[in-house]
Amino acid sequence: MKKILNSDGIKDLLSSCVAVFIGLIFGLIVILIANSDYAVEGFLTLISGGFSNGARGIGQVINQAVPIILTGLSVGFAFKTGLFNIGTPGQFVVGAFVAIYVGVEWTFLPGALHWIVAIILAGIAGSLWGAVPGLMKAYLNVNEVISSIIMNYIGMYTVNYIIPLTVFDSMKNQTLNVNQNAIISKFGLDLLVPNINGGIVVAILAVVVIHIILNKTTFGFELKACGFSPDASKYAGINAKQKIVFSMMIAGALAGIGGGLLYLAGSGQCLQVVDTLAPEGFNGIAVALLGLSNPFGVLIAGLFIAHITIGGSLMQIYGFIPQIVDIIVAITIYFSAFSLLIKQFLNKHKLFNADNIKKEEQSHG
Amino acid sequence: MEKIIEMLHITKKFPGIIANDDINLELRKGEIHALLGENGAGKSTLMSVLFGLYQPEEGEIRLNGKKVDIKDPNDANRLGIGMVHQHFKLVHNFTVLENIVLGVEDTRKGMLYLKDARKKVMAISEKYKLNVDCDALISDITVGMQQRVEIIKMLYRDNNILIFDEPTAVLTPQEIEELMTIMRDLAAEGKSILFITHKLNEIKAVADRCTVLRKGKCIGTVDIKDITKEEMSEMMVGRKVNLNIEKDDAHPSDIVLSVKDLVVEKKGHKNVINNISFDVRKGEIVCIAGIDGNGQSELVYALTGMMPISSGHVILNGEDITHASIRHHSTHGLSHIPEDRHKHGLVLDYPLSYNMVLQRYFEPAFSNKGFLKFEEINQYTNDLIEQFDVRSGQGAKTLARSMSGGNQQKAIVAREMDRAHDCLIAVQPTRGLDVGAIEYIHKKIVEERDAGKAILLISLELDEVMNLADRILVIYEGEIVGELNPKETTFNELGLYMSGSKKGAQV
Repeated sequence: MKKILNSDGIKDLLSSCVAVFIGLIFGLIVILIANSDYAVEGFLTLISGGFSNGARGIGQVINQAVPIILTGLSVGFAFKTGLFNIGTPGQFVVGAFVAIYVGVEWTFLPGALHWIVAIILAGIAGSLWGAVPGLMKAYLNVNEVISSIIMNYIGMYTVNYIIPLTVFDSMKNQTLNVNQNAIISKFGLDLLVPNINGGIVVAILAVVVIHIILNKTTFGFELKACGFSPDASKYAGINAKQKIVFSMMIAGALAGIGGGLLYLAGSGQCLQVVDTLAPEGFNGIAVALLGLSNPFGVLIAGLFIAHITIGGSLMQIYGFIPQIVDIIVAITIYFSAFSLLIKQFLNKHKLFNADNIKKEEQSHG
Repeated sequence: MEKIIEMLHITKKFPGIIANDDINLELRKGEIHALLGENGAGKSTLMSVLFGLYQPEEGEIRLNGKKVDIKDPNDANRLGIGMVHQHFKLVHNFTVLENIVLGVEDTRKGMLYLKDARKKVMAISEKYKLNVDCDALISDITVGMQQRVEIIKMLYRDNNILIFDEPTAVLTPQEIEELMTIMRDLAAEGKSILFITHKLNEIKAVADRCTVLRKGKCIGTVDIKDITKEEMSEMMVGRKVNLNIEKDDAHPSDIVLSVKDLVVEKKGHKNVINNISFDVRKGEIVCIAGIDGNGQSELVYALTGMMPISSGHVILNGEDITHASIRHHSTHGLSHIPEDRHKHGLVLDYPLSYNMVLQRYFEPAFSNKGFLKFEEINQYTNDLIEQFDVRSGQGAKTLARSMSGGNQQKAIVAREMDRAHDCLIAVQPTRGLDVGAIEYIHKKIVEERDAGKAILLISLELDEVMNLADRILVIYEGEIVGELNPKETTFNELGLYMSGSKKGAQV
């Protein structure tokens, strides 16, 4: 029993689950304050989330999850290498724009190649957006948090400036619909879940690829070494500056792909010309925290947060106004992101820490 | 003399380990009592029990003959027990005075009132000749000064029982001398001092009595004047330890590492390395001796590629590597045991196995087309663990952070000695280690030399310098001020060179 509880993977999973549970309790408290008459119904709707709508609901959850899995992966990957990529909204939006532009204009691309090229270019656009803070951090010692926040606004306003000049639907103040070929293949999944976003396949692929890069390759070895200890990696002869740039580029590419996957899903959603940073970008931070930056953890966390978000929107049936719903969902997510804290707590707690204390004892005198 | 503290039959268990097993310790008023033991012997645990950080399962603590309960450090403080931790607990952007009063501040109408505190601190500082500047920022003062601030912190709280946890580990030889004087003065004033250490010289120099712990058990308490260093080390380690390094004469042959007119500039400073030249040959140990901060670190960084060289040349095996990358150095015959094992030597959050291939993970032996070969890496780690007797809880997958300092150092030594190299640069390879580990590492370094490697040793410990070196170069303010033969020179002469009061011919 103790041995199982002590394995890191289980501990991670457990701490995330406890975090979610605490988040839900706080969600319930807000529900009680907002509308005590329908609190039980409201809460049940919140936690049953996508499942309350059958296969269609599951499709909704997946659609909602795909972009935040990618941005979560982006933030989590950067975390693992010692960087805080808060630039996901910017990377996300430039990726989205490039994907849409290619999706609308490059009709010469045949069949599935159209969406594949669009997604790849979205990734490249995102990686360029990530490269700027990376380069500034590596060579000018500018904190990546500040530079990537600035890049968020530059990204958003640049895209808002270019859309009206290119693929603009002036009636709706948004981008044009993309070409049919540019819509991501459903990979036959629509037989199971009708309105599914085929992007989930790309997202899972990304999760696996990032897992392999981080844990199996020499490149991942270098990236993580730089994240854990820049000094020791310098001593080891690892080119830390170059790794910072690569890491930010990969993180940016993931967020950019996330943007592409959202708008090429074929759900009819188009990129609006509004002066708001993409919420999918910031949600990535919560996803990464809840998933403890582990690629598979991020996958599950993304699905969970999407699930809660859908559940929240269904609560409107019981008279919860959208703003309250947003608060409830936000609070649930917010507290769910405390899994790191809970992990620390679990590490301190007796049942889980048999070898921790022993280690401590050995390392002291 | 009257007993002030008695710790009776203290037993403290942690899951799977008995850290303290039925330990008795008595501290008399006005004595300096050393607590001696290897890393992991239970010294820190015992002191943590006394300071209220841990609760023992069995046993009791008596203060002036009365049983006391010490539940947390605040209780300890109330009873007059203070502790200077090995890693100081100071706020770096606060002044000395602010740090001292932190937690026991005087206030007037809700405002901080420091006038009385300043007077008291100045009085303490004068009484024990501590010479602290109340208004200096902690970040601006030396480690030795920071330690004095910690001492004043205890005295300011009127503590009578002072615990020092390995206080000399971070100090230079001069600072150690000064600390010893301070400790003697404190004891003369009637304070009782408990002094955790594994350095026999210091115990011999300053302590009255010594309690020896080994593997959680109390081996005994002895009067220092009746016991030799050899006997103490035998009590501590459990077997005879050879404190003298046995080695034959060196037979230096070809030049391996050659340094010519090396200059290293640092922004805003004069040259930290000024025109240094020397050679290290196969089969000899050349030691750079000097007081900390005279350019040793920069010299090593420059030689290993970690710091840019302003002018001059570094030649390794006939190849000019002055401006080569760190990786080029490490793959072309240079091994480096770094000064700071936590900062540079190890990625603490990596398992031991990853750390063992820290500079080699990309080699075909450990990777294939960019993918790590885990089996080979683990196998290699297990080989090194066995060969170098590195002790780690979970073998190859133990996190480096969770290993004891001695074993971390052994792991680094194992890695650097096993990897292909012609020249080994070892910077304070035995810093903070216990006698057993020091003996082992010294033996390995001599073996290296006899196997025909060129060894450059940088050390602050005079004993180590005198015992290990075949040639001594003394560094002072970034310059080599003398070359000495360890067989002919004396500690005194070496000290004069190190302090810059004597200069010999440039080498």
